[in-house]
Amino acid sequence: MRRARLAAGIFLLLVAAASLLAPLLAPAPYARQFREDTNASCSRQHPLGTDGLGRDRLSRLLYGTRVSLVLAPAAALLATLLAGVAGGTAGLAGGWIESSVMAAADLFLSVPWLFLLITVRALLPLNVSPLASVAITFALLGCLGWAGTARIAGAEARALRTSDMILQARASGCSAVRLLRKHIGPNLADTLLTQFWLSIPVFILSEANLGLLGLGVAEPLPSWGSLLRELGSLSSLGAEPVRFVPLALLVLTVSSFQFVLHREDARL
Amino acid sequence: MTRRSVITALLTLSLTLYPARSQTGNQLRFCIGASPRTFDPLLVTDEPSETVRYLTGGVLVRLNRQSQQLEPGVAVSWKVSPDSRSIRFVLRENLLFSDGTPFSSEDVAFTLNRLNDASLHSPVADAFRAGDGKIVPRVESKNTISIAFPAAIVGLDKLFDQLPMLSAHSPHKEMAVLGPYYVADNKPGAYVLLERNPNYWKRDSKGHPLPYIDSLRLDVEQNRDLEMMRMLRGDIDLINSLDPEQYEHLKTRAPAKAVDAGAGFDTEQIWFNQVPSAPIPAYKKLWFTSTAFRRAVSLAIDRADLARVVYHGDARPATGPIPQANRKWFNSTLRPLSFNPPGALDKLRQDGFALRNGVLNDKDGHPVEFSVVTNSGNKAREEMATMIQQDLLAIGIRLNIVTLDFPSLIERISRTFDYEACLLGMVNDDLDPNAQMNIWVSSADNHQWNPNQKTPATPWEAEIDRLMRLQASTSDFNKRKQAVDRLQQIVQEQEPFIYLVNKEALAAVSPRLRNLAAVPLRPQLYWNVEWLWLAPQAEARR
Repeated sequence: MRRARLAAGIFLLLVAAASLLAPLLAPAPYARQFREDTNASCSRQHPLGTDGLGRDRLSRLLYGTRVSLVLAPAAALLATLLAGVAGGTAGLAGGWIESSVMAAADLFLSVPWLFLLITVRALLPLNVSPLASVAITFALLGCLGWAGTARIAGAEARALRTSDMILQARASGCSAVRLLRKHIGPNLADTLLTQFWLSIPVFILSEANLGLLGLGVAEPLPSWGSLLRELGSLSSLGAEPVRFVPLALLVLTVSSFQFVLHREDARL
Repeated sequence: MTRRSVITALLTLSLTLYPARSQTGNQLRFCIGASPRTFDPLLVTDEPSETVRYLTGGVLVRLNRQSQQLEPGVAVSWKVSPDSRSIRFVLRENLLFSDGTPFSSEDVAFTLNRLNDASLHSPVADAFRAGDGKIVPRVESKNTISIAFPAAIVGLDKLFDQLPMLSAHSPHKEMAVLGPYYVADNKPGAYVLLERNPNYWKRDSKGHPLPYIDSLRLDVEQNRDLEMMRMLRGDIDLINSLDPEQYEHLKTRAPAKAVDAGAGFDTEQIWFNQVPSAPIPAYKKLWFTSTAFRRAVSLAIDRADLARVVYHGDARPATGPIPQANRKWFNSTLRPLSFNPPGALDKLRQDGFALRNGVLNDKDGHPVEFSVVTNSGNKAREEMATMIQQDLLAIGIRLNIVTLDFPSLIERISRTFDYEACLLGMVNDDLDPNAQMNIWVSSADNHQWNPNQKTPATPWEAEIDRLMRLQASTSDFNKRKQAVDRLQQIVQEQEPFIYLVNKEALAAVSPRLRNLAAVPLRPQLYWNVEWLWLAPQAEARR
């Protein structure tokens, strides 16, 4: 298990490094269309061939990985922070505040994400650059993804509130700020950190789902979701194996995130 | 050529055109996207119902989809009055509906009276409505009927291609039909089974009753990939319309099944929002209402590349609203705009734009950047938008592509007008340009770039209004053609719609299917269904 964790960690580091070095490693600009060379096979010029518009697949994969790997953790961080604030407050305050926050979390969990995202995205301003569009997409994912983690954080905070440790601290005259900083914060942080790591692959997959529907990152910026669209038809069944590289990378990366987390860390 | 070889050739030809009786008794299978919503031919709004209507309906006149000419249906002859306000039909004698009920001019009157019923809300009736008042059918004899309209209708006779006759007396109501097939079974969500109408009037030159094929099974299949897999397996015999990617896949896997029916009538176009009240910056409205700007954008788009790359060569650069395939109405003096980025920049400079450090700026220094909306899930449109994005970047214009779900897109382009440019297509099923009245007249809802105008916003829109009204007010073909030619010329000069490509009509068909004459007009493969027949498997392999 330890070896698998190590391999997964190294794999994630390599993927992250390759994406960060995209400007150096990419054989061509990710948006450039080699229109005389569409759907080309692997070659020295295009190691993973070209897509239907003649864009270099390797370049798009490297930049797409950067987009997905930078913004999915950012969305996960946003969702975890929101969940920490909402769940922590609910759990510690108890009473009607807890009931209201948990009811809101239940409501968010019951709403079909995909339709909500499609609706919210349709209301956004149209004239934004692809980079802003991708940031908005992930910010939306982050804002909508807090509920599950908030319930866990809420339960943890409630348990802490009634724990002997906190009762003793209160009895000793510990102030509310010190209570939060020294006792509740560090104890909740472990849970939130675990939830943060667990939600990264969820956000990667959410973006990929949106991308498959054509509602993800705006062209010409690549993302794993938009790269996977190449496999979205029957003709892809007989396609060259290189077309499946983005899919393989997505599966390996998501699996690696799961491996990196030690089972005991994942407090669900 | 010896006498023997001549006889052999004639025999082969006759076998191709006229199947042996043993070859007629089989079933043609194909898919429809959903179960038909209705079997009432006057209430058809969806494609599956339209398919059933076409295959079962007996119409007074039928448009030959190949010659694009009207042919007699259950009427042997017809005459439109010079003022285009009435039409007189002489019907075939001794015809029977599929259930054996006799057909007469009373049934025609019954059908038209039902069409008059406002409470029916028949979509078919819209095309027949002209001016206030009702359609007045007058039965002259058992086989003769005159129909008067409250106002002139251009292409009056052609409208009857869409109007199957109903029986006034049959207990089976709309299920009694005069077409080649009747609905024998319907399992919602699964299939519709059509059986050969034993009372169908048409016969081949040797006196064989038509249709040749005994039954049609229309399987309900929503998933187009599964439909294609069934086609490849030989479970179904045809797919009426394929997208370019499916077509290329079919050409690789089963080239004998791939059919290109030629240039289609549908168009793909981009347009700018010119609505004065639209919530977009005033300086952008100035760009979008500038003919030079629209023309420059058009010149900067490489249509040949769009056709070659996005449609794999199965499309042609578009010229205007009427595609070249519409032989009767296309203005043959027009040519597609050639790709000319330097020419585009010249036009922009003349209009006060300037290219600085690769960015185009207007005369007030605003960098030229706008968004184009299109519907998500349409891969071809998204790819076209991406290619146009690169083309426009070459002249310093930054294009942002926004894909929206269809309802949101329609809301923006039809109600809130909160968009800058839009890329969409238009389905053209009607060859007559009068059908595009609701697009070109400036007061129309579908005058997409600036709908519902009280008075035309520009002189060229006023001129288009005049031309459309002119062509609608006369039945003189030459006058109409002149007006429509001029309309096409104005549209190409002003480019309210920047036409991109005309797609080829692509289809899949079993090599067993004989007498096939694939055409771009719907229904592309089975428009002559009564003449189709299926060869036995062994013969098809040969």
